[in-house]
Amino acid sequence: MTRQCGSESIENMAAHRCSSSAALVVLCYISFSVFIVANSQETKPTVENHATVVEDTQTDTETAEKSTEQPAVSVREWEATETEEETPDSSAPETGVSSSGPHPKDDFQEELVIRPLHSGDIYASFQFRTLWETDFLSGNKVSHYRLFPKSLGQVISKFSVRELHISFTQGYWRTMQWGQPFLPSPPGAELWVWFQDSVTDVDGTWKELTNVLSGIFCASLNFIDSTNTVQPSASFKPLGIGNVTDHRFLRYATLPREIVCTENLTPWKKLLPCGSKAGLAVLLKSEKLFHSSFHSQAVHIRPVCQDLQCKTTSWELRQTLNVVFDLHTSGQGKREWSLFKMFSRTLTEACPLASSSKIYIDITDNPEGEQFEVTPATPLLSQAVVLGDRRTFSVYDLTQQITFGTVRSLNLLIRWKSSEGDMLRPLLHAERYVAGYGLQTGEIHTLMYNNHPYRSFPVLLLESVPWYLRLYIHTLTVTSKGKDNKPSYIHYQPSKDRERPHLLEMLVQLPPNSATEVTVQFERALLKWTEYTPDPNHGFYVGSSVISSLVPSIVAMDTNSSQDRPLFSSFFPCKEESSYFMRVYTEPLLVNLPTPDFSMPYNVICLTCTVVAVGYGSLYNLLTRSFQIEEPSPGLAKRIANIIRKLRGVPPL
Amino acid sequence: MATTEVERRRGQLAALAIAAVVIVLGVPLWWKTTETYRAWLPVSHIKELDILQLQLSADVEVVFARGTVTPEQQKKVPLTLTQDDEHIIDESTSLRYRYETKYRTATIMEEDALNQPTAAEADLSLHTLSESPCGSLVVYVIPETSSLLPQDDEVYIGQRRTALLRISAQTKVGRTLEQLLTYLEPRMKQILQVMSFSHNDITAALSDRVRLSPGNKESIPDNMRAFKSSPGYEITFSLLNPDPHSHRLQWDIEGAVETYIQPLLTKLAPLANFSIDSQMLYYTMLGVNPRFDGSRGTYTINSDSLAHVINPVEARLGSNAASSNPVLNFLLYVPDAAHSPLHILDRQKQEVTSNAFHSPRWGGIMVYNVNGFYEPEAALPVDININMAKVMGVFLAQLRLLLGVQSSSPPPGFLMAPCGSVGLADWELDRLMWSRSVENVATATTTITSLAQLLDQIGNIVINDNIAKQVSSAVTSLQLAVAELEAGNLGFALQYSKEAILASERAFFDPSLLHLLYFPDDQKFAIYIPLFLPMCVPILLSLLKIVSEARKKRREKFAKKD
Repeated sequence: MTRQCGSESIENMAAHRCSSSAALVVLCYISFSVFIVANSQETKPTVENHATVVEDTQTDTETAEKSTEQPAVSVREWEATETEEETPDSSAPETGVSSSGPHPKDDFQEELVIRPLHSGDIYASFQFRTLWETDFLSGNKVSHYRLFPKSLGQVISKFSVRELHISFTQGYWRTMQWGQPFLPSPPGAELWVWFQDSVTDVDGTWKELTNVLSGIFCASLNFIDSTNTVQPSASFKPLGIGNVTDHRFLRYATLPREIVCTENLTPWKKLLPCGSKAGLAVLLKSEKLFHSSFHSQAVHIRPVCQDLQCKTTSWELRQTLNVVFDLHTSGQGKREWSLFKMFSRTLTEACPLASSSKIYIDITDNPEGEQFEVTPATPLLSQAVVLGDRRTFSVYDLTQQITFGTVRSLNLLIRWKSSEGDMLRPLLHAERYVAGYGLQTGEIHTLMYNNHPYRSFPVLLLESVPWYLRLYIHTLTVTSKGKDNKPSYIHYQPSKDRERPHLLEMLVQLPPNSATEVTVQFERALLKWTEYTPDPNHGFYVGSSVISSLVPSIVAMDTNSSQDRPLFSSFFPCKEESSYFMRVYTEPLLVNLPTPDFSMPYNVICLTCTVVAVGYGSLYNLLTRSFQIEEPSPGLAKRIANIIRKLRGVPPL
Repeated sequence: MATTEVERRRGQLAALAIAAVVIVLGVPLWWKTTETYRAWLPVSHIKELDILQLQLSADVEVVFARGTVTPEQQKKVPLTLTQDDEHIIDESTSLRYRYETKYRTATIMEEDALNQPTAAEADLSLHTLSESPCGSLVVYVIPETSSLLPQDDEVYIGQRRTALLRISAQTKVGRTLEQLLTYLEPRMKQILQVMSFSHNDITAALSDRVRLSPGNKESIPDNMRAFKSSPGYEITFSLLNPDPHSHRLQWDIEGAVETYIQPLLTKLAPLANFSIDSQMLYYTMLGVNPRFDGSRGTYTINSDSLAHVINPVEARLGSNAASSNPVLNFLLYVPDAAHSPLHILDRQKQEVTSNAFHSPRWGGIMVYNVNGFYEPEAALPVDININMAKVMGVFLAQLRLLLGVQSSSPPPGFLMAPCGSVGLADWELDRLMWSRSVENVATATTTITSLAQLLDQIGNIVINDNIAKQVSSAVTSLQLAVAELEAGNLGFALQYSKEAILASERAFFDPSLLHLLYFPDDQKFAIYIPLFLPMCVPILLSLLKIVSEARKKRREKFAKKD
């Protein structure tokens, strides 16, 4: 379960491993051409672009000797290209300084939110958003990229993806200690994709897509197949524009076992226009990021409206990275935080390509500065409604030179003064566990808590259970406050062995201030011996349940989506003022399956063969031996009598 | 005593019966149920392909314009003439070039066309009269009085598949038809070398099959520059901006691709599918630190260090996620303000005028200095529009080289038409198609024969029906391609050879071949011994006993007789 993680060299290795074998080949080529480059030649211009080759025979003979051993090796040589310039068209734009460049059709924003948590931990949430005013949907081939990463753009246009959400998470978000995250994600990897309705073979496309994404993000997404893919009917609605709700075009899969490490972070950083060279992304050093209690990185692609009327659409790529730093492991007893302590870097500039680059610090619980102190202080304050709560933030605008002060570097420092104060209990949270004993049956318990004092609200619960836990759906019970709570909507798709998992979705009304328990019994299946994982005694993971809900909000939500809001508060679209959308993931389950002794097949073969051989041997003997009646040998008394008779000289009996 | 004898006899018969059942029923059953599935492969056809006898046929039409042959000679002009040229490359590969030459006199329309004032116009109007099919050539023999060609040029090679050949004055006097034809022959040969396949190209295309002899060494770099034949190519233009603080770059790549690259690719469409994309990469440095050259006042990169340039860039370029075709990379590098201007030096320490270089089978890089376009004290960042005409001129030249559009220099006395807006003459395309067809055929035959060899050697490999189907279709396509090459239908030959290469690669790289690749024999023994040993030992022993008893009996019989 644990993995060595966090050293720079590993990151480099990971980067090498990822950037396809081509890079390796290049490495070989280049090391080879270091001495072969003497053979380089030059192309000379002729009348019309046709170049002749002038051989450098003097050096050639020498290197030809060297390469006789391996004539098959293709030598990469560098040649100067010399060409006659084509006469430029009169319409061709002249190079030069243009006073006003054309309006860029794409836009990049970056943002970091830091929220001191009540437990003393600190929550840092990065968001990078690239907006691109282009049309993937209409079938035009889009092939010229500026800020949008080319690899993802190609994936979207090749596989006709409407929306793509992928997250990699290490660790479990502790809702009761930390409150709600800005963007929830389950432990492991999660991928859900809405395809366009022009896709005919959704399953085939999904399979190909997971393989390609697996290559892009260096993750085991290629293990997503039909046995862990479901099509939720209600839980995952498109987050962008477009009202396609036919869930035939939706695929959802989780890999709860996926371990997230530097090799996933490196390709993720590569998608940013500034890489990790400038802007907020310089803080993303893997040795610090993975030395944390919780790490989650995600990529969300969706089409969004450009303006209020929604006349033009654009593509939005959001890259988010959430991390919770633990006070106790690295704080050395002092409750004091700084950018340098957290990330071992300070900020010196914004990404020059970003139209906005801001750091927000949540100071809602600290209006008078009695809880903690932030230095340097900023006069900029901002209020945002996020997750049903009005929060106040100190804002540091990195595009302003004044933010960096005289030392030209920004190192935010948070020093706690007291550890008092209590957190608002989150209105909705959930947990899950497996009950039962033995290796035959068990019971999954899912507990959902509504902590609202007087409002009840409905939640959508989604459970996707692998086929090897055979759910007894007739044992499904939903109880709240000791009473049976009948779900108003149940969508159940039974599993097929080795083909598809169970999918259970239901709409449950949670009474105010209550805990609702959903239980279902299951039987553990016996797997075929090749289906076991390499460490079967570790157990088998069952992905998190997903609880999606519109939670009643304390303050009026901001429904105007086009307004310039901070990125962290504008991800889930908000339709009503009185409630906000929230998604909660439970813990993944670890279930033991009956595990055989793996030398068993050979033992069985030997045993069966022996039994067959013994049975066959006796039968063979019976059939082939001839049996004769033998004279019974005289008894002991008779023999003794005969000996005595012999001694006496009397003839024997 | 009699009953025991009967019993013994019955025992012997039972043992024999059991042995018979085991041998007749058990062993074949076991063999059948444990054998690996191997679909039928056209082995004999594959063996035939191992010996490749390629024949390339080109149709050549020689048209005599008025004033080149007398009416009496006209009647004697042979209608067709076939020329064969045979080369044996190695023990299993041989080549035969066949030129089928047709002679005729020009029609009135053609005469009109040849009376145009310039060669280019004549070329165009000849083309509008009749379009010659792919792979064929028309040579117009024009009288020495014709003013189409400049004084010292004998041959004009047009943009399409036509050439003009002027008879020089000396041969005019007192020539017979035979003399004329012998005069034409060497020139015809030269024209064919330029406009159709040449032996060098074809042997280079066979390099997958034939190990190059040391004598051919010097042509290796030339042959290795171009990408291998593939059903598709991805062309990626990347603008590298290592310094977005100072330079805000704009490039109209969409328009430039449409204007400069697309016409060429449309022309090349029969060869392969091309897809084009572009991207901008920021903060991407070259792998070499440029050195400041005080005498020039510029930063320079030596040609020796070019090999190290792309390494860090390559990691950022990203491979194409959506296809597995080879990628041609074209990078436009705008040096950062601190290292401008930047120049590439060649081996003679001279600045390369285009400031660009290319790497075989990878792509090209061009360095584009922008420091001249703004004052040193200008407010940063400065907006800069890149002159795409200049950039695309270089990239187009590199693209031609990398795609293998050979540009051998014409022999003296030859005048070539400028390649025009498309950037590729019809006959250049034909040349490319000839060598690509041969290359595809060579690659596909090697793939198929080595696959057959592999399958023959390793008996454990499962050959499922899909692979057998792919192999058969590859073999059929190959046979068709070879036949079409022989018949001179270049377009079909290329089409079939592409199909052959696709099918053969699919068969060769099918993952199902790997399933039982390693299933060692000792493990098989370990599994079967517990069954076979206890079964076979009694059978063998009783069989031995029966045999020895029979022998004893026979001996006794003989003894009795004696």
